[in-house]
Amino acid sequence: MTAAAPARVGTQHKDSPMRLFSDTWLVFRRSLGLTIRQPAWLVAGVVQPFVYLLLFGPLLNSLSGVPGFPPGGAFNVFVPGLLVMTALFGSTFVGFGFIDEMRHGVVERMRVTPMSRTAAVLGRTLRDVCVFGVQGLILVVLAIPFGLTINPIGLVVAFALLGLIGLVLGPVSYAMALVIGSEDALAPLTQAIALPLLLLSGVMLPMSLAPDWLRTIATLNPLYHATLAIRALFNADWSSPDIVTGLVTTGIFALLSVFVASRAFNRQTA
Amino acid sequence: MRELVVETRDLRRTFGKKDEIEAVVGVDLEVAAGSIFGFLGPNGAGKTTTLRILATLLPPSSGVARVMGVDVATEPEEVRRRIGYVAQSGGSDPRMSGRGELVMQGRLFGLSGAEARERAAQLLDAVDLADAGDRPIDTYSGGMRRRLDVALGMVHRPGLLFLDEPTTGLDPQARARMWDEVRRLRETGTSVFLTTHYLDEADALCDRLAIIDHGKIVAEGTADELKKAVAGDVLTIGVDGAAELVAQLLGAQPFVREAGLADGVVRLYVDDGEASLPLVLRLLDGQGLAPQTLALHRPSLDDVFLRQTGRSLREEAA
Repeated sequence: MTAAAPARVGTQHKDSPMRLFSDTWLVFRRSLGLTIRQPAWLVAGVVQPFVYLLLFGPLLNSLSGVPGFPPGGAFNVFVPGLLVMTALFGSTFVGFGFIDEMRHGVVERMRVTPMSRTAAVLGRTLRDVCVFGVQGLILVVLAIPFGLTINPIGLVVAFALLGLIGLVLGPVSYAMALVIGSEDALAPLTQAIALPLLLLSGVMLPMSLAPDWLRTIATLNPLYHATLAIRALFNADWSSPDIVTGLVTTGIFALLSVFVASRAFNRQTA
Repeated sequence: MRELVVETRDLRRTFGKKDEIEAVVGVDLEVAAGSIFGFLGPNGAGKTTTLRILATLLPPSSGVARVMGVDVATEPEEVRRRIGYVAQSGGSDPRMSGRGELVMQGRLFGLSGAEARERAAQLLDAVDLADAGDRPIDTYSGGMRRRLDVALGMVHRPGLLFLDEPTTGLDPQARARMWDEVRRLRETGTSVFLTTHYLDEADALCDRLAIIDHGKIVAEGTADELKKAVAGDVLTIGVDGAAELVAQLLGAQPFVREAGLADGVVRLYVDDGEASLPLVLRLLDGQGLAPQTLALHRPSLDDVFLRQTGRSLREEAA
């Protein structure tokens, strides 16, 4: 343990764009590496959507003639919803893994480095996006034989939008984990947030079937707009205003969420 | 003027909405460069709170703390570049390899990939983990994990390393090894600030000590100075059921400097132990009391601790 010359230590300010970028990349690579070592997520990630396709999808086929059911085949309505759900569950529960990292002292150790605080959130969230992105891709491929039709550009934009959903929900989960610090308290709170988000997103059944008051509440939910946008994208319905509305709404919520979470991470006391 | 790596003035930290919980109430500390400084205190005395303030994990409520010459409240980032911090719980992910964590830590401190890998290899050698470097950390023993923690704190060659309870939970062999590691740090010019509740550790390892209790420093100096301040000899007398009475009786005697009661045992601080023994026996006899145990010894750090805090550290550690 020689203490000869001091190591070259980064001179950038912690919030400089370079520092943010390089630290985000470091955190992303580290967390992705750790996730890949446990392939269980992939199995769960494939089995679950497949069960939905197999056991829930057929119900929708008989619904597709009902007045108020959105355009496109049953699976073009259903799969975008499943993708949003995959993103929802792939992002709202990430705080639990983070509490484990806190317990091992990893988070505190990194707080005593000049690391960008925003990168701690962003790097992990990008990992989560990759994880549910891969699950989503598998889902799409599996759904094609069931009758899902895709448009390449639509698919790319749809997955970008799913990534934005990750940026809305992931940072909130991490910030809550940081502030709360225990699984026991985080679990009910996460449930309390995730369930209404899910029910008011039109993921399970289209919101176009809902009464007006319910639909009005749903418009406050970014996931509702994202779901509509992704449906339009799968149908390649470029004239639909839902696409822009979904992208803009989710984008604004994502910015807000990253901002709030990185503030929580910056506050020393947290 | 000697160089100080830690310097605090009237450091305070309160918690709660109305600042009703006072964890640290006016701590003044000076730690000289190149030394091993031990911070002792019972649980809840403010030990960890002080350490966390110095390591920039917690802002002080008031007062000043300068670490490596930099104010922790106004320039925490600069402090972080100059110090290493090893928490009691460690700081490595059990799924990672030791090398992986060291490289990551180096990168976070601004080293390039190649520099970080070189530094990681150097440190693995230094703490004797070269063979285990590529294994996941959950295969490491407690002592190996602790050495890795120290290496993680040293990646950026800080001038000062904070170690929170570095040997808690280690077996005696691993503890001795950790002591060697800490001494080696001092030899290479790194100052060490450690907390411990092992008195033998403080005695054997630390150049200077401070004892904190109720958020205040109650004693500070070298282990020898602290022991001398207790002065004279210590008599411990075990008398079943009558300890309080005996403490009162003997405390009133002119040859007794101070009498205390801890764990049902009477402790007498006397100038001359040998001369006091017969006097004590005669007095007890006069009251019809017979001691079960009677021991005479030189003051230990535990006596210092007991005298300053009213509590035995052995009891705390148990």
